[in-house]
Amino acid sequence: MKILVPVKLAIDSNAKPRLKADRSGIDLANVKLSINPFCEIAVEEAVRLREAGKATEVVVVSVGVGKATDAIRSALAIGADRGILIEAEGRVEPLTIAKLLAKVVEEEKPDLVLTGKQAIDDDSNQTGQMLAALLDWPQATFASQVELDGAELVVTREVDGGHQTLRLSLPALVTTDLRLNEPRYPSLPNIMKAKKKPVETKSAETYGVDLTPRLSVVEVREPAARKAGIKVADAQELVSKLKAVGVL
Amino acid sequence: MKTLLIADHDNQTVADATTKALTAARALGGEVDILVAGQGAQSAAEASAKLQGVAKVLLADAEAYAHRLAEPLAALVLSIAPGYDAIVAPASSAGKNLLPRIAARLDVMQVSDVTKVAGPDTFEHPIYAGNAIEVVKNPERVKVFTVRTAAFAATPADGASTPVEAVAVPVAESRATFVREEMAKSERPELGSAKVIVSGGRALGSAEKFNEVLLPLADMLGAAVGASRAAVDAGYAPNDFQVGQTGKIVAPELYIALGISGAIQHLAGMKDSKVIVAVNKDEEAPIFQVADFGLVADLFQAVPQIEAALG
Ligand SMILES: Cc1cc2nc3c(=O)[nH]c(=O)nc-3n(C[C@H](O)[C@H](O)[C@H](O)COP(=O)(O)OP(=O)(O)OC[C@H]3O[C@@H](n4cnc5c(N)ncnc54)[C@H](O)[C@@H]3O)c2cc1C
Ligand SMILES: Cc1cc2nc3c(=O)[nH]c(=O)nc-3n(C[C@H](O)[C@H](O)[C@H](O)COP(=O)(O)OP(=O)(O)OC[C@H]3O[C@@H](n4cnc5c(N)ncnc54)[C@H](O)[C@@H]3O)c2cc1C
Repeated sequence: MKILVPVKLAIDSNAKPRLKADRSGIDLANVKLSINPFCEIAVEEAVRLREAGKATEVVVVSVGVGKATDAIRSALAIGADRGILIEAEGRVEPLTIAKLLAKVVEEEKPDLVLTGKQAIDDDSNQTGQMLAALLDWPQATFASQVELDGAELVVTREVDGGHQTLRLSLPALVTTDLRLNEPRYPSLPNIMKAKKKPVETKSAETYGVDLTPRLSVVEVREPAARKAGIKVADAQELVSKLKAVGVL
Repeated sequence: MKTLLIADHDNQTVADATTKALTAARALGGEVDILVAGQGAQSAAEASAKLQGVAKVLLADAEAYAHRLAEPLAALVLSIAPGYDAIVAPASSAGKNLLPRIAARLDVMQVSDVTKVAGPDTFEHPIYAGNAIEVVKNPERVKVFTVRTAAFAATPADGASTPVEAVAVPVAESRATFVREEMAKSERPELGSAKVIVSGGRALGSAEKFNEVLLPLADMLGAAVGASRAAVDAGYAPNDFQVGQTGKIVAPELYIALGISGAIQHLAGMKDSKVIVAVNKDEEAPIFQVADFGLVADLFQAVPQIEAALG
């Protein structure tokens, strides 16, 4: 089984996003960027399947500018075998990314595509489902457990109210939730090795996909600010304050 | 302008999330039809027909829709999509699973988690864990979006008697099949619709303590129970209790955070609550920056005292 994992470089989950003064977006200059945590989980899962002898190769792909290679290198350090960078400038929407990824699937012919459920910057939660639709593949989103059973996958999903388990025939697409696994910290030797693994660079234009965004951003602004309130001395005061504001 | 709203329901009743998403759908200004797809879902369709301002309820009743799998549902929606200018669903796990599949097939971009419909083609939604609000113009021929239900009031049922129409069920083969479901049964209100939420963090220390400390207080207040990711990861609470960027987004009248530090990913899920209370033994905990009322205390002592004060 061959696995393709699309990975995205996103703001580090410990960094605080700051708005650009002209309200056109988030200022990403001088902000730490890392592989999106959900993509990291997807890579870890793919590598575990290979280590268990259930997958033969793990290929990672990222759409972005040259810097997106950092996400690919992180994935290679976890244990992915090789990378593909699809160079695209500026804002690339999930639909466009899904179309580019569909072309990569045509070329690479993976049996399984593992994506993150969402990227923690745009929070779209769309790319995986869109890709599954374009390929006409079955999907299992928000996975917390993935098992290979012959030519089928048994996937447990986190849904409102609890868990749902599905059986998918391959090829299939799975998006990862937080509790699927805990990604390893790559060791120094593996980080060094990752630098030597092959990364192929392609230009998005060669795929014949129109990259023009469909949506236009009118502005990006601060959410309504919330002011810190007061400290109360004890439980008694807390309850009387809550009664005073009418929520009890 | 004609809008199709895809309902969340349990075959019997229509989910609160649907009544809130309906408010967003109506804000587009056109006619709204509701699609109820399920198995044995006549009651849910009738409940939808009582909601204010609905033109038509479409009922698709078939075994294929029993477990809300994305593949057959997408085929169904695509079969009726040509009549609509907008397709809307709540940003629930079902809506998030389904809608991008439809958008991709229609070759249109989706807007996720809409918090405000500013016009028929202008939408606001949060990005970066709610640290920024993006206003987008959507010129697509069909507007496809999910609704962050915490941002909208529910459309009431005013006893309307909107017609319920059966829709033809397209044949769709699916390479995904349902195996099983484990759903938590609870008498407590749902996180998404509760007026009061009591939420616990890592500080609770064990599943036993979590239940022992939170449940009696939640029962006294008629509250839903929530948790931080740390509490869920450690197994103190089930996964669907998680409040935050990657869990549930809530905005109750009152949110009580017990032993939760206030990481940005947690705040993303609850900072639009009307009144926030935090109990934390660390007076520097970031949760106090958003709390209306902060109590610096050991929660194991404070909770019984709060219960006593509630009398
Ligand atoms: C150089 C650059 C500049 C950008 N500038 C802007 C900007 O100015 N304004 C703006 O709003 N956005 C900008 N973006 C973000 C871009 O619009 C998003 O990558 C895209 O919209 C996808 O949305 P998402 O990440 O929320 O997708 P989601 O659907 O939340 O992502 C889910 C999963 O899809 C896969 N995936 C998503 N994106 C990629 C990718 N690029 N490559 C491979 N796999 C992927 C991953 O597995 C991910 O976990 C920029 C991105 C790049 C790389
Ligand atoms: C990609 C990603 C997504 C995430 N999504 C979410 C999400 O959706 N929701 C979420 O919640 N988190 C999420 N997180 C995790 C988040 O960053 C924090 O790690 C998490 O919220 C911390 O949980 P906590 O506040 O319970 O634990 P901690 O940060 O450990 O805080 C425990 C608090 O309890 C206090 N305390 C300890 N003992 C007592 C006592 N006896 N009495 C009173 N107070 C006490 C401490 O002072 C401390 O402030 C996400 C992280 C990442 C990277």
